[in-house]
Amino acid sequence: MNARTDILARLRDTLDRQQGRADREAAVARRLQNPPLAQIPKRGQTSGAQLRDTFIEEARHADAQVHRLAGVRDIPAAVRLALDNAHINALKITPHPTLKALDWAGMDVQFGPGLGGDHLGLSVAYAGVAETGTLVMVSGPTSPVTLNFLPDVHMVVILERDLVANYEAVWQRLRDAAPPGAGFLPRTVNWITGPSRTADIEQTLLLGAHGPRKLIILLIDG
Amino acid sequence: MSPMPGDTNAKCHDFQQAAQDALNDGRLQSLLGRTLENGFQKKRLQGMARLPEYDQLRDRARDLKNHVLDHLDVYLERFETELVKAGGQVHWARDAAHAREIVLKICEDVGAKTVTKGKSMITEEIALNDHLAAHGITPIETDLGEYIIQLRDEPPSHIIAPAFHVTKDQVAETFKDHHQHLNADRDLSEPTSLLSEARTELREKFLHADVGITGANILVAETGTAMIVTNEGNGDLTQSLPPVHIAVTSIEKVVPTLEDATLILRLLARSATGQEQSVYNTFFTAAKRPGDLDGPEAFHVVLLDNGRTDLLASEFRDILRCIRCGACMNHCPVFGVTSGHAYGWVYPGPMGSVLTPHFVGIDEAHLLPGASTFCGRCEAVCPVRIPLPELLRKWRVRGFAAGHPAGLARSMLRAWAVLAGRPKIYRVVMAGAVAGLRALAMLGRVGGAFKDLPGARGWTRARDLPVPQGGTFQTRYRKGER
Repeated sequence: MNARTDILARLRDTLDRQQGRADREAAVARRLQNPPLAQIPKRGQTSGAQLRDTFIEEARHADAQVHRLAGVRDIPAAVRLALDNAHINALKITPHPTLKALDWAGMDVQFGPGLGGDHLGLSVAYAGVAETGTLVMVSGPTSPVTLNFLPDVHMVVILERDLVANYEAVWQRLRDAAPPGAGFLPRTVNWITGPSRTADIEQTLLLGAHGPRKLIILLIDG
Repeated sequence: MSPMPGDTNAKCHDFQQAAQDALNDGRLQSLLGRTLENGFQKKRLQGMARLPEYDQLRDRARDLKNHVLDHLDVYLERFETELVKAGGQVHWARDAAHAREIVLKICEDVGAKTVTKGKSMITEEIALNDHLAAHGITPIETDLGEYIIQLRDEPPSHIIAPAFHVTKDQVAETFKDHHQHLNADRDLSEPTSLLSEARTELREKFLHADVGITGANILVAETGTAMIVTNEGNGDLTQSLPPVHIAVTSIEKVVPTLEDATLILRLLARSATGQEQSVYNTFFTAAKRPGDLDGPEAFHVVLLDNGRTDLLASEFRDILRCIRCGACMNHCPVFGVTSGHAYGWVYPGPMGSVLTPHFVGIDEAHLLPGASTFCGRCEAVCPVRIPLPELLRKWRVRGFAAGHPAGLARSMLRAWAVLAGRPKIYRVVMAGAVAGLRALAMLGRVGGAFKDLPGARGWTRARDLPVPQGGTFQTRYRKGER
């Protein structure tokens, strides 16, 4: 007997004694069709200005920097500042149409996925979760996964209208966006809460283990 | 329940000696205190205080995992269907040897020379690294703690802090031994310089590995998705850079929906390190899609049984709810002074003492269920409310039935059982013992407590034995002293 058949048969032997296979299948189908309502903590039930403020507070609690910008045209200046702070001029940008359309004059800019030597990376978040100040990144033709992890400094653009109160709202947005019957998840979804860290050496908390040492969130108003 | 074939590397039978050695190791004791009581325990309390709904979510997580276990075959088949539809490959592994074979075959088929690894307890359980190395494939652990102990050729001492038993000076020594191409006089006295050296060394490995191997903290049935949780970003580079990604995981990790995974994630990091969330929660569904700029060309999941189907059918089913947060060991007074290596196999602490006898057999591991005061802290902190002391007690019963302990200890336990089961004789013997001790105290003029009592030196070597005052508890209770 192959392992699959064997393992499933063993499970069935045990579980059939509690409830027949047909009933179990029906129970699973029902639960997937009508999932129970999630209990969302109070901190994840905000809206409006409170939602935005919770996002900022929680992101900072996780050691991210948050800068509020009036519009996308202010992004290059914020990036310029970060480059100057690091005494470099090169950056890697995710090939997102919004960012491609901006004026990057005076900076050594490349668009594409992350490479081992990238110092500063600039990405666009799919959503931001106020509950814990978490950025949600989805992989795709305009948003490579590697740029989230390889640069020393990761700057992430998030539009205020893409902030949501809780994780459940992100899953719902992904479900709603997909055509019926098709898979609704991209290959990779990354939740990012603060910069990379480790405490593996004598429990000393150090930022920048393998991922970015700094996470700078550019929150675009409106 | 058929026992698993004994793991020849298990050293659980040495628990008492290993525990004694740990107690005599001042350096280890200080690291334990720093890591547990002054580290994880405090951080968990702070994390709990930030989420008033924590206890309600624990009840929900317990109920969720029970629902999954009651329908495990159906959810696993659904997971498989969805993942295959999305273009991934599913491999079912009966036991550790079978899982090793599957992973080796995938690696050999693509001519892999090196594999990077994200932190995974399942690959420890199946001893994957040694197997790959024996077949000419170099496994490279990328979690900093795992990297340190891999260089030192040691097993993890904790499921989420695998190198907590190593001091920073020892890490510096290890790096100087292994990174011979670097300047021997470099300064490695600070944790920051150690981290930056490891980051640079491992960055190259990430970029050139042929296969990336991670575990999976959760599998999602509705979408065929697997996910991992990391703070360093190592697992995430492991799953996005190499052309092939293998997630090695076990069958009880599946949940119905993404929202169910979310419930577990609200508890997992908080119970482990007190964080709101680990820095990176990465969900992956099959391989790179058309148009994607990065990601693996091929994706495989290995679903390991290794006796879990037997656990499901047994009185130990509740342990399959475990989400591997480590809270039970962080709060265990026995783990807190013995550390993980003393337990002698992959999983230490209370959850380990329930799992290990199942994996290596009760004859090898019979001391572990005894390595508990039954104080109940493990159960009190468990995010999925596993009744750990009760499960340990059940292993003690099985151990006794299998002849453990043997010799004098067994005879004494037998005698005690006879006595405790017969109230009349018990009362007479206890009254006699009390009278005897009081007479002995009077004759020896010992005052209020024995400092040394032949026959009970196991006790009096370390502490005084008070002389009984008045009669036995039962006689005094009957006389109305309450």
